[in-house]
Amino acid sequence: MSDEIVREFLVEGNENLDTLDRELIQLEKDPHNSATLASVFRTIHTIKGTCGFLGFTKLEAVAHAGENLLSKLRDGALLLNPGITTALLRMVDAVRQMLQSIEAIGNEGERDDDALIQMLARVTQGDSLADAPAATPPAKLPATALATAHVTKPAIPPVARGKKAKTKPATRHAATDKKSSHAVSLPVEAPVEVPVEAPVAAAHAQVASAEVAANASAGATTKEAPLDAKIVPANPETIPRSEESDAAQAQPASRTSVSEGSIRVDVALLDKLMNLVGELVLARNQVLQFSNAADDPAIVAPSHRLNQITSELQEGVMKTRMQPIGNIWSKFPRTVRDVATSCGKQVRIEMFGQETELDKTIIEAIKDPLTHLVRNSVDHGIERPEARVAAGKRAEGCLTLRAYHQGGQVNIEISDDGAGLDQEKIRRKAEERGLLTAEKAARLSERETLNLIFLPGFSTAEKITNVSGRGVGMDVVKTNIEKIGGTVDVQSAAGVGTTVKTKIPLTLAIIPGLVVRTGGERFVIPQVSLIELVRIDGGEARRGIEMVHGVPVYRLRGRLLPLLYLDRELQIQKPAVSSAPEGEPVRNMVVLQADGRQFGLIVDEIRDAEEIVVKPLDRRLKALKAFAGATIMGDGLVALILDVLGLAQRTGIVSEAGERATSAGSAEVHEASAEKQAFLVFAGPDDARMAIPLDALARLEEFPAARVEKCGAESVVQYRGRILPLVYLNTALEERRQTSRHPRAASANAEAGVIQVLVCNHDERAVGLVVERIVDIVEERAEVKSAATRKGVLYAAVIQEHVTELLDLDVILAGAAPAPAQPREWEPAGVRG
Amino acid sequence: MTNARQFCTFYLENHLFGIELRDVREVLQQLELTEVPLAPYAVRGLMNLRGQIVMAVDLRRQLGLPERPANQPAMNVIVRTGEDAVSLLVDEIGDVIEAGDDSFEPPPETLQGAMRSAIRGVHKLEKQLMHVLDSERACTVEERAAPMAAER
Repeated sequence: MSDEIVREFLVEGNENLDTLDRELIQLEKDPHNSATLASVFRTIHTIKGTCGFLGFTKLEAVAHAGENLLSKLRDGALLLNPGITTALLRMVDAVRQMLQSIEAIGNEGERDDDALIQMLARVTQGDSLADAPAATPPAKLPATALATAHVTKPAIPPVARGKKAKTKPATRHAATDKKSSHAVSLPVEAPVEVPVEAPVAAAHAQVASAEVAANASAGATTKEAPLDAKIVPANPETIPRSEESDAAQAQPASRTSVSEGSIRVDVALLDKLMNLVGELVLARNQVLQFSNAADDPAIVAPSHRLNQITSELQEGVMKTRMQPIGNIWSKFPRTVRDVATSCGKQVRIEMFGQETELDKTIIEAIKDPLTHLVRNSVDHGIERPEARVAAGKRAEGCLTLRAYHQGGQVNIEISDDGAGLDQEKIRRKAEERGLLTAEKAARLSERETLNLIFLPGFSTAEKITNVSGRGVGMDVVKTNIEKIGGTVDVQSAAGVGTTVKTKIPLTLAIIPGLVVRTGGERFVIPQVSLIELVRIDGGEARRGIEMVHGVPVYRLRGRLLPLLYLDRELQIQKPAVSSAPEGEPVRNMVVLQADGRQFGLIVDEIRDAEEIVVKPLDRRLKALKAFAGATIMGDGLVALILDVLGLAQRTGIVSEAGERATSAGSAEVHEASAEKQAFLVFAGPDDARMAIPLDALARLEEFPAARVEKCGAESVVQYRGRILPLVYLNTALEERRQTSRHPRAASANAEAGVIQVLVCNHDERAVGLVVERIVDIVEERAEVKSAATRKGVLYAAVIQEHVTELLDLDVILAGAAPAPAQPREWEPAGVRG
Repeated sequence: MTNARQFCTFYLENHLFGIELRDVREVLQQLELTEVPLAPYAVRGLMNLRGQIVMAVDLRRQLGLPERPANQPAMNVIVRTGEDAVSLLVDEIGDVIEAGDDSFEPPPETLQGAMRSAIRGVHKLEKQLMHVLDSERACTVEERAAPMAAER
């Protein structure tokens, strides 16, 4: 259990209790105020719900009894009277004591609230109306209660010691009371049990004695007495600081209490702070530009400090907006329970990564979609107990929620271990609903079929339940998640279960983006949509870009990628440069993904990756469907953020659903939720199938073989103004070393005049790995099938049903690690020495 | 003078226009704009107004007046519209003028087109007429794209 959640529960709970005290008192004055009553009911209901989730069963039991009573009151079956108010306040006290105990020692403490619960139940039944308040003045209830304790429970020596003199009359009084009205004796014991144990015990004892004192001195006869009795227990926290506190209690008392350690802040204020910090960052950038040029220590030093402080401030303000996803998940156990009960299923929920943090606005935005997915999984995903048992599974289904960070995004997975999605049924249903033609349906891949469930108007549930299955929802889920720049995907295995994966950006306020330039204007592409960057050099631009009925496409590793020209899409007239000869030397392509489809976007220039502060676009410009927002760049000018999905939709790349499976990743999805890794698969020497982890790769390049130059013994190419050392796989892999001194001679690519190079970063240096042919990018779980076969190979695994060697890049690239001028022959010598 | 109102005045093609002062946030020198491709014709771009991104609408284009000569810098009249702010690009800023209802007349029936929908009426001032702009409508840009962008 995360401390964070408990802490929040405590803060919230304490706040709620304070309100509750006030409202109950108010209610006593005006018992017919239904608004106040409803508010009291809600508060107790919330406490009950939350502590149920947190596993504080004792607390839950007490709150539940209170809730029952309150619901009677709310429904008008009972009218509030002092007896009921007292009972309710006692309940509030008990809750408060338990909260304090939770804060101090992490649980409610050893306690027995049966008496209080029974008292509440009795009052709920209406008994107390006849009994307690009638028989004795209400004032006596607390007094007698405590007094009884002293008589019957020897376990309260501190009180007895401290207030011996005063307790005596009360004791006597209680004794008589016990005789006169047996019915009261049960409720009477309620608060008594509380003080006996736990660190809070002393506090309660104090309360008890205080009450006793109040009552005893008042003689339990005057009208003022009931008021005293009520007020004293309502403020038990004033007492624990007394010298009678035991050790366990002294500790929390000296520390700032959780509820005092945090405050609530208006989100609008945080937004404003965020904006101001964004401004500060810009101002800082300008100052830095100036000071870097200045070279005067008087300005350089303070501007460095300014730089640091601004960064820290930015981080701090960002953090204030972050909330753990557990905040919204905490409601799911209840949701799952309710849905499961209503459809006669047994489902338990498991959650991992509750502490994963997301920006508040995003938390808000994904709350409903996630709730829907959870309900859906229970309703449709998990089978009824008898079906599960028949399938050899446990009767109880399991719903797993998982959240984790990955590459600047948060992945949220909702998996069930149910029957899985029936592809045949989905296809049939989609046809029936007229969502697509039978002929089209037959051509769909597995992944595409599964994703049909996100189409508007689709529902596979045979029976329409009150939970879901109305055919709305999944498409709304998808739209809402995409609205905040997220993606949703479903994977399923028959009989094993279904997993819905969503990828959500961490924050909407500041995102990583790639700055590109076209037609003299800067644009920012959100990193989330970015797959890779491809530079198409010179003559290759003319050969590489082909036309399919007038539509430009590019062959990227054997697949045809539809191309968009940003300047044409945005109807930007090129400035003076447009007179440049056709087939410019270099074309820059940004490979983007929108809604599972990839396309290439041709831009004039690719600039830097930058963290940008996203500002909303004027509502009048949102309708253009081309820009997701705007940002202010370091020079103070505005740049537009491209709406990748919008662009794809404008040009029809996305709308033609199911026509073309472009994603290389579509070869994936057979396992439900195993850990997967992305690999770049390529052909090495002798067409051997090899792979490297995709994250080791910086870029893919193709160079004309003629551009390879020699620098000492090293082969190099000039690459983006630098010298890129090349490592030939056939030399780097040990067993080839002697056989092939002139690697290029054997290469098929060399005959074609080009070499395929994987640009990898090794020890903060770019190194080019020359391979025969790039095969694919695959996302799979690499199962080690055998140990290394040769030096330079980590292990062999089965990827896409082929044995593939995973290269040990450290070993292979180490060959290129020394400075290019250093003769290679030194290296083995050095090793031997 | 009954119901005297204050107007922020400015010139477009030597015509005097006014916007009620309470709708105006500030008046600024020309700021550098970032063009918005595909945007309606009257939208000249976006500017950074102390961290807030503000859309700039060229009033000449909006009202169907001839283009401002390229060498003539525009002034920004920042008006509030609901939550947002919009900058109206004008030629020149005039004085703040007070005018009462008694000098007000609705636009002549013969006035047509963009100008008709954007002005509430005119105030008969001593030396000339002041066109009173409806700030909300002056900022409302049509979804229709610029003429040259109409076909793709």
